[in-house]
Amino acid sequence: MVYLTRKAEFSASHYYDNPSFSPEENRQLFGKCNNPNGHGHNYTLEVTVKGEVDTRSGFVVDLKQLKEILQREVLDALDHRFLNKEVPEFFTLIPTTENLAISIWQRLAPKLQKAQLHRVRVYETPDLFVDYYGEA
Amino acid sequence: MKAHLTRRYRFSASHRLHSDAMADEENAATYGKCNNPHGHGHNYALEVTVSGPVDERSGMVCNLVDLDGFVRREIIERFDLQNLNMLPEFARMVPTTENLCAVIHDILQRGFTLAHLEKVRMEETMMNSFEYAGGAELRR
Repeated sequence: MVYLTRKAEFSASHYYDNPSFSPEENRQLFGKCNNPNGHGHNYTLEVTVKGEVDTRSGFVVDLKQLKEILQREVLDALDHRFLNKEVPEFFTLIPTTENLAISIWQRLAPKLQKAQLHRVRVYETPDLFVDYYGEA
Repeated sequence: MKAHLTRRYRFSASHRLHSDAMADEENAATYGKCNNPHGHGHNYALEVTVSGPVDERSGMVCNLVDLDGFVRREIIERFDLQNLNMLPEFARMVPTTENLCAVIHDILQRGFTLAHLEKVRMEETMMNSFEYAGGAELRR
């Protein structure tokens, strides 16, 4: 089994708010992140796939295809967007880094054919990242 | 759904690697420059990884404010700008980064109860790093 990781970057804005909480509860739980005008990050995404090396191509996965899938399913949807307002899953889900990692997994997993998705890592800043392994 | 969250912190400290169980020549041979009696310092980077179900109401594994507060109070304030050899933790233990990793893992394991501690990773310099998962296998 060989693991291959592809990196990508995107920039997006978001804010944290749970409509079932009162404004005070939201401010207390989410602090500055509750500002409804949003704020932004330069996210770094690392997608790791795993599989056996194909004897004919020497590839775990065709990197060109992986790049295209990443571009179409993730970057086109998230890059330079206000996540809460423009990305459907975040109309209801809070766009934390945790939920972003899960959402990216769910966007990618059904589109990958040969290689199996192993891990999605999302850096919100160089000092904070979330890993999601597809676990329930 | 279960996710892993990693937060990175920094602190600086000095240490001297010297074992009372070894003669001076053996200490010098084992630790080289790190055995310099006056000690030397590093800018350490600490990565703490916790895991747990993503809370549906907050979207979080745990609130970063809580994790940051715990690490600042219990770890950064204890070790930052200190000589590690002077601290009680290292009275009988060589302050290698291996041991520092285990000490920090223990502090988190005992005191931080809001998420499951997965591992502690420490960079002593940009060229070397250490990971400790409390005896469990590391996840790729």
